[in-house]
Amino acid sequence: METEFTPFVSLLGGALIGLSAVVLLATHGRIAGISGIVSRMLPPTFDKTGLPQGIIFLVGLLLAAPLWIVVTGTAPVQVVSKNELLLVAAGLLVGFGSVIGNGCTSGHGVCGISRGSARSIAATMTFMATAFVTVFVLRHVVGG
Amino acid sequence: MHIFSTLFAGLLFGTGLILSGMANPAKVQNFLDLFGTWDPSLAFVMGGAIMMTMPGFWLVQKRTKPLFDDVFHLPTRTDFDARLVVGAAIFGIGWGLGGFCPGPALTSLPLAASGTLFFAPAMLVGMVIAKYTAAPQPKNLEL
Repeated sequence: METEFTPFVSLLGGALIGLSAVVLLATHGRIAGISGIVSRMLPPTFDKTGLPQGIIFLVGLLLAAPLWIVVTGTAPVQVVSKNELLLVAAGLLVGFGSVIGNGCTSGHGVCGISRGSARSIAATMTFMATAFVTVFVLRHVVGG
Repeated sequence: MHIFSTLFAGLLFGTGLILSGMANPAKVQNFLDLFGTWDPSLAFVMGGAIMMTMPGFWLVQKRTKPLFDDVFHLPTRTDFDARLVVGAAIFGIGWGLGGFCPGPALTSLPLAASGTLFFAPAMLVGMVIAKYTAAPQPKNLEL
């Protein structure tokens, strides 16, 4: 399915994401890495020091879509696969990989790269590469 | 005030994900589909974000400490290990398969698409599995 090329709103949306990361660092000295914020709340080990701010940040994140609907009067455009097995597999891999690799698109891809972290640059290049290959296989080899 | 700033940051992050199209898995997968229905928008999302964070982080770190905390909690590791690369590689496969990464998946939860309701819990399970198999956790081994 095709999606419209939206350079302007994508740039603007990206800038909001970046601004959010700057606010979090300026106020609480923390990196806006979603996988890190979430995984630190999960067993077996809890990071108590960052827990309250992490929860509040996630509440804000969860309020974004409802607020979007209230303000714009329309639900955000979204097409999610209905292949439940595929999404369970995807979720497991994303969760597992982001913890093992210490970050995701936000922690490595935005915050880490901006800090000039060599680890984050390597991680971002790696997950971009495997994601491109995965979609190629999914759409042109298997689904072809 | 410090609670409000974090809530605001979360809201801003989620709104940015929605506005940019990152919260739409079809758009993410189209970005990753160079040889099909390619949509380069996501490069602009990353560009827009880094345009803010690069100068923003630099400015913030000129201060000795954040507004509401005594220290900056920044990652300090600089070494490369297999876990980093293997983890990132696995993450990328999952991201490509579903078109979701953690931020957009959680932001999408209230929209309650059936796929999201399968993806998000699986993601949390994946995280817990990784934490159990991850580096030694002496505190728990003593139990």
